[in-house]
Amino acid sequence: MARMAIAVVLFPGSNCDQDTVWALGRILGAEVVEVPHTSADVMGADAVVLPGGFSYGDYLRSGALAARSPVMGAVRAFAQRGGPVLGVCNGFQVLTEAGLLPGALARNDGLHFVCKDVHVRVERAAPPFTGRAARGDVLRLPVAHHDGRFVAGPELLARLEGEGRIAFRYVASDGRRDPAANPNGSDGDVAGIVDARGTVLGMMPHPERAADPLLGGEDGLVVLGSLLDALAGAAAEATA
Amino acid sequence: MTVADAGADLRHRAAEFGLSGDEYARLVAGLGRQPSPLEAAITGALWSEHCGYKNSRPLLRRLPTEGPQVLQGPGENAGVVAIGHGLGLAFKMESHNHPSAVEPVQGAATGVGGILRDIFAMGARPVAVLDALRFGPLDHPRTRYLLHGVVEGIASYGNAVGVPTVGGDLAFHDSYLENPLVNVMALGVLPVERLQSGTVGQPGNRLLYVGSRTGRDGLGGAVFASADLSGASAADRPAVQVGDPFLEKQLLEATLAVIEAELVEGVQDMGAAGLTSSVAEMAHRAGRGVDLHVDRVPRRERGMTPLEVMLSESQERMVLTVRPDRMEAVLAVLERFELDAAWIGEVVEGDRFRVLDDGRVVADLPVALINEAPAYVRDHHEDPAVTAARETDPDPEMPRDLGAVLDTMVAAPGLASTRPIWQRYDHQVRTDTVVAPGAADAAVIRVKGTPLGIAATVDANPRQVRLDPYQGAVLAVAEAARNLSAVGATPLGVTDNLNFGNPERPHVYHQMVRAVEGLRDACLALGTPVTGGNVSLYNQWRDGDDDRAIAPTPTVGMVGVLSDVRRHATTGLKRAGDRLWLIGETLDELGASAYLWHVHRLEVGRPPACDLAREAAVQAVVRELVADGLVDTAHDCGEGGLAVALAEMTFEGGIGLAADVGAGAAPGVRPDALLFGESASRIVIAGPASRTAEIERRLAASDVPWSVLGRSGGGDLVLRWPDGRLRRSVDDLRARHEAPLTEALA
Repeated sequence: MARMAIAVVLFPGSNCDQDTVWALGRILGAEVVEVPHTSADVMGADAVVLPGGFSYGDYLRSGALAARSPVMGAVRAFAQRGGPVLGVCNGFQVLTEAGLLPGALARNDGLHFVCKDVHVRVERAAPPFTGRAARGDVLRLPVAHHDGRFVAGPELLARLEGEGRIAFRYVASDGRRDPAANPNGSDGDVAGIVDARGTVLGMMPHPERAADPLLGGEDGLVVLGSLLDALAGAAAEATA
Repeated sequence: MTVADAGADLRHRAAEFGLSGDEYARLVAGLGRQPSPLEAAITGALWSEHCGYKNSRPLLRRLPTEGPQVLQGPGENAGVVAIGHGLGLAFKMESHNHPSAVEPVQGAATGVGGILRDIFAMGARPVAVLDALRFGPLDHPRTRYLLHGVVEGIASYGNAVGVPTVGGDLAFHDSYLENPLVNVMALGVLPVERLQSGTVGQPGNRLLYVGSRTGRDGLGGAVFASADLSGASAADRPAVQVGDPFLEKQLLEATLAVIEAELVEGVQDMGAAGLTSSVAEMAHRAGRGVDLHVDRVPRRERGMTPLEVMLSESQERMVLTVRPDRMEAVLAVLERFELDAAWIGEVVEGDRFRVLDDGRVVADLPVALINEAPAYVRDHHEDPAVTAARETDPDPEMPRDLGAVLDTMVAAPGLASTRPIWQRYDHQVRTDTVVAPGAADAAVIRVKGTPLGIAATVDANPRQVRLDPYQGAVLAVAEAARNLSAVGATPLGVTDNLNFGNPERPHVYHQMVRAVEGLRDACLALGTPVTGGNVSLYNQWRDGDDDRAIAPTPTVGMVGVLSDVRRHATTGLKRAGDRLWLIGETLDELGASAYLWHVHRLEVGRPPACDLAREAAVQAVVRELVADGLVDTAHDCGEGGLAVALAEMTFEGGIGLAADVGAGAAPGVRPDALLFGESASRIVIAGPASRTAEIERRLAASDVPWSVLGRSGGGDLVLRWPDGRLRRSVDDLRARHEAPLTEALA
């Protein structure tokens, strides 16, 4: 069976890149390639992760400069071929800025950076990102962002809902919708969405930060492990 | 060769350069001629308190700095201790008080940036930041403004650069109203063989300037930091620098990359007094001369004079010492990180610090002369008002409702939950944060690839130090070590940040002398050498016709190591049915307590006694219980006493407890002292019933006093003493505990 590799894109100012490499490579045992922002291709990887951080200092708008970096042309082409792309936090912001996902991520309604554990409910349980979950499962994941308020407007929100493209919603620990459980004022309590094909996921919570019981939980492995499962499945198919 | 512009007697302008008349004369004598204005300014900056420690150096020499664990003591960018597995832990604390008073957001942000550069200049990857913040009364509008700004500044810089802010210490005292304290501590990990020095090395080496271009910001910051805050300080805004965490992150990665590739001979941060102090210090460490071409320094604006370039404190700049044959390789790495670099000087034989502008010598100074600031030993005596306050026996009227007092105490500024602050800091990035801020007495982070944990804490209690600087300093060191021991870590070393008023005042200098003596005695007794730190003087402000100095604040930053990070303890009760023990003894001590201040508006009395041998023994037995996996819950009894400590243990898990606070008390202790007295050397532990026998066997075998306090369970906090009791719902107490800072930061 061909060994599958996951690309972690390094933008200047990314700061969750090594955490992501650790979770994928050391905890899950995946093969990881670090792809610089100047790269013209995704270096043969079978999936791409855009990690969290402050790419290019987030000086214009969060993710805006990274969305126009050379590597994003390659990521776009990869996504258009149906390759799985996961954007976490700043990576989600990059994906919306690049137009690979709809909506936008605006300043939190509290106006401040917020770093804490939240609960999200799995709204879409499907490969390649949530194959290990069942719909309605509640995951405990950390958020850490200043610009995490998902803004879609009623029309887009209804469309995303109708097409089953809302991947995660912020909920209370028992899985109920609760305005107090939404850490940033996101429309529809949305914490993550996928593209029309379902192969590009953007999410504000950090799965790589919840990948080790020593740090308080491993619910993030549901997302990262699902991605590995999907790649393994694809590899098996290719071999068969 | 002659120095352009030298010749005129500038004595009448000495103050402009931050020099006294005598210091100017010392410079002339050492130089054998009149200095040029640039030479006088360079010397003034290096002889400022901030760079030259002229008022504190004779005192700092008294501190213990050695130990088998010390890999790098004072004198470099940061201290380093060995933690095993071939690794060193670099750590240092530094103040950014004056900039934060004038412009809190950038003042605090650049404080974080500066201390991180000190850490990676040692070759260490920064892994954590802690901050000790001091403000005036919480309900004062100026405090709200400063608190908002400082938290915003720390968050904006630390979050972006990707180093977690994992802990800190927050206190409020009237004396900090105009002059807040922002003391930032950073930690970094390095393989010991990669330990760097801020040196120029051998003649022929080149000095490479890396990072941000030099602007007029931060001009004269070292002198600014060494002067009183006055009404004119608002006009000093240009002395405050602006930070760029994105550039810092690039600088961090590039610096570590050239160190890892063994391409550099020396690394130095440009901090206070910028290029001047960094290059002068590097030359002094190597005992070499330097030719520095000021015209080659990258600039942000045209028309800057050599003096402006030499004294600018623009942020995110480093100096690297590079052998000529490695220049190309170093520049290639810097290019990869898109950093500006410039070859600005050479190392030469001899002992001259020369500055050249287009080949013209504009400063020519002996390296030793400018690096060895005059040292002042001053007369001192205690302020009689402080003596009188300390000797006042605190004998407040006994409150009728001690339950209501507990309600007040858990919500008092300095005791209330700091969650609203640390939730604005990214405390998880790097995925090493084992213990979240507020969850234990010290922060705990793991070291990936090893079983090790690192613990860190910052402490100083302004009321205790103000009433008795010696004892307050002893208690700060004791509490820091106790905090580390309570999580299961073995204390290894101290970085101290000495914040005081104007040292030229005998009362202030007395506080410095006594505080340093206290630090010395406690650090010796607890085996924690001081590996570096920072001195911040002239922390005072004008209040009508009076000068108000801050409460003396020797902030103690302490680090420790856990040999197996999985075995650590946190504050919150884990299970109902655990037995609770008090290790140590409660004495009839109310002096200098938070209770006296918050309930009786009294700041009097002697701070608690501290038998350092007892302290060490208490800590040792708790560390052993945690390390052996017998105890996973432990909490220091600090500010607010036993009642507040027990309340805090119920908050995390919402598990109540019932305890007899008279257990482990000397006879005749008054009820308010049982509940809220701050006797030293006490730790509360909890462990599962199944391990009770083994825990008590260990305690009995130790020579420390211990007693059974009670048991965890239920939803209430129930405290009993010989003639009374109180009961509070955990949910209600927690709500009170969380409210004050949530509201203040809204």
